[in-house]
Amino acid sequence: MRRALFVWIALTAAALAAFSFALATGSSSLASWELLDALISPDNSTAGDIVTRLRLPRALAAFATGGLLALAGALMQVLLRNPLADPYVLGLSGGASVGALGVMLFGLGSGAVWINLGAGAGALTAIALVLGLARRDFFRQQMFGGLDASPRLLLIGVILAAGWGAIITLMLTIASEAKLRGMLFWLMGDLNGAESWVPAMLMLAAALAVVYPMARDLNVLLRGEALAHALGVRVAPLRLRVYLVAAAATALAVTTAGPVGFVGLVVPHALRLMLGNDQRMLLPAAALAGGTLLLLADTAARSVLAPQQLPVGVITAIIGVPSFMFLLTRKPRRA
Amino acid sequence: MSSPLLEVSELTLQVAARTLVRELNFGLHEGELWCLLGPNGAGKTTLLHTLVGLREAQGGSVHLAGKELNAWPAAEAARRRGFLPQTFHDAFSTSVLECVMLGRHPHLSRWRWEGEGDREIALRALEVVDLAGFAQRDVLTLSGGERQRVALAALFAQDALLLLLDEPVSHLDLHHQVLVLEHLRRLAHERGRGVLFTVHDLNLAARFASHALLLTPQGSVRKGPVAEVMVEEDLSGAFGHRVARIEAAGRTLFVPE
Repeated sequence: MRRALFVWIALTAAALAAFSFALATGSSSLASWELLDALISPDNSTAGDIVTRLRLPRALAAFATGGLLALAGALMQVLLRNPLADPYVLGLSGGASVGALGVMLFGLGSGAVWINLGAGAGALTAIALVLGLARRDFFRQQMFGGLDASPRLLLIGVILAAGWGAIITLMLTIASEAKLRGMLFWLMGDLNGAESWVPAMLMLAAALAVVYPMARDLNVLLRGEALAHALGVRVAPLRLRVYLVAAAATALAVTTAGPVGFVGLVVPHALRLMLGNDQRMLLPAAALAGGTLLLLADTAARSVLAPQQLPVGVITAIIGVPSFMFLLTRKPRRA
Repeated sequence: MSSPLLEVSELTLQVAARTLVRELNFGLHEGELWCLLGPNGAGKTTLLHTLVGLREAQGGSVHLAGKELNAWPAAEAARRRGFLPQTFHDAFSTSVLECVMLGRHPHLSRWRWEGEGDREIALRALEVVDLAGFAQRDVLTLSGGERQRVALAALFAQDALLLLLDEPVSHLDLHHQVLVLEHLRRLAHERGRGVLFTVHDLNLAARFASHALLLTPQGSVRKGPVAEVMVEEDLSGAFGHRVARIEAAGRTLFVPE
């Protein structure tokens, strides 16, 4: 308990530091007093405008998206009892991508709102498909003796993801040159133009509030379903709630920023390797660390090659791959 | 006599078209140590899963401490009966102590974290299974037998009235087999717990159990005190292999021909 508090406080401090860095960084750099001034007493100065109208909403959107992805990844890894699971493993990003790319390809409506709506509709379709195909695992009260649902659920997800992938490839193939660039950018995950941080931030708070009370149940579920049942956990309803929260969190993240990769896989895993595997500590920590990582990555994405903006997904992959390799290959925590 | 910890009436279990158990009746009381015997595929695990509430029976009822099994709220049932499954999952690295403390889950309210008392119970359970000093080890670095002892320690930390164990000693060396079964006998005799465990070693069963259930491939079940159930003819019939019963060194031994 005391250790968890310490971890959360340290990660919150890191998040605040990342926020001040993100707000101060950009084509017009601001001194710290200008930044504070703009935040505390917003006026119509240029500095104030830049901070409160441009950088702050984008920073909040980045933080919320990263937090949602890392939380969803941590939940999916528990649900599927598989360290390689990420928020997209059950085909959710595929569904969202097909929805968003469909809007771009067929020119249904114009502007970010319609693309977001398309992504949201696609994500919901993907969620409904998984629920329908795996209804035995989510809705049945009793289990078949000894039969473990996780591998079946994982297979359903992998097959669905492959199906969505084929549709995405088909759409990219028939898209015109003019549309192709925007579609590829969207697929990499991109926070450019993401000003709507409110839904994502609310979702992050709601998701944590729903799953945190179940965190100890999740620790038990990780040891197997029969044991969890014997220890008083009602497995099927728990699994359904975890899936719904993870899916809703992922759907909102993808709708906000496109399918940003690596945050959802790397952050929960890195925290497990460094801090241990108690979900009560891990779930809030994943939300904080995921948000911080994506915020820093997005700050880099918009400033490294400025005025050229990079898709943030490229940055998360560039940071994520080597740091993850380091964690995996170093000596085990307890020999 | 008070109501039994576990009461099974007219229980029928079927898998596909095959009847594993037909109209089984028995009561397991405080202080009794039952072994569940039978050949592979006779339905030992299926029966245990039904008694834990993991699967539905095709007929009959199961009562836990005087009340229909499914009528107990999940956490209250978990404070009364514990279960050791045959298989465990260790996908993520976790300390041995954390694994054992999971046994305290049904005793803690939603917002409580394990306290000093729970920690002591877990450490004592580790001593019982001869794993004192392993508390901070990562379960992923343990051998199969050591992992089974971690799982047993978690079950002991759960401190339930009725313990159902599926092959509790299958991966253990002979010293630890005897150690674990001696502890189960102590729990039954000294603390009034009820125990039901599956085992393939007839000699261990005869030495430690007070009662036996013998499943046959035909779906009939022999039950009662060990001396009445574990007779040459019935064992040979159930396992489809001749078993000789020998008295030696003050013990009853069973030897396959």
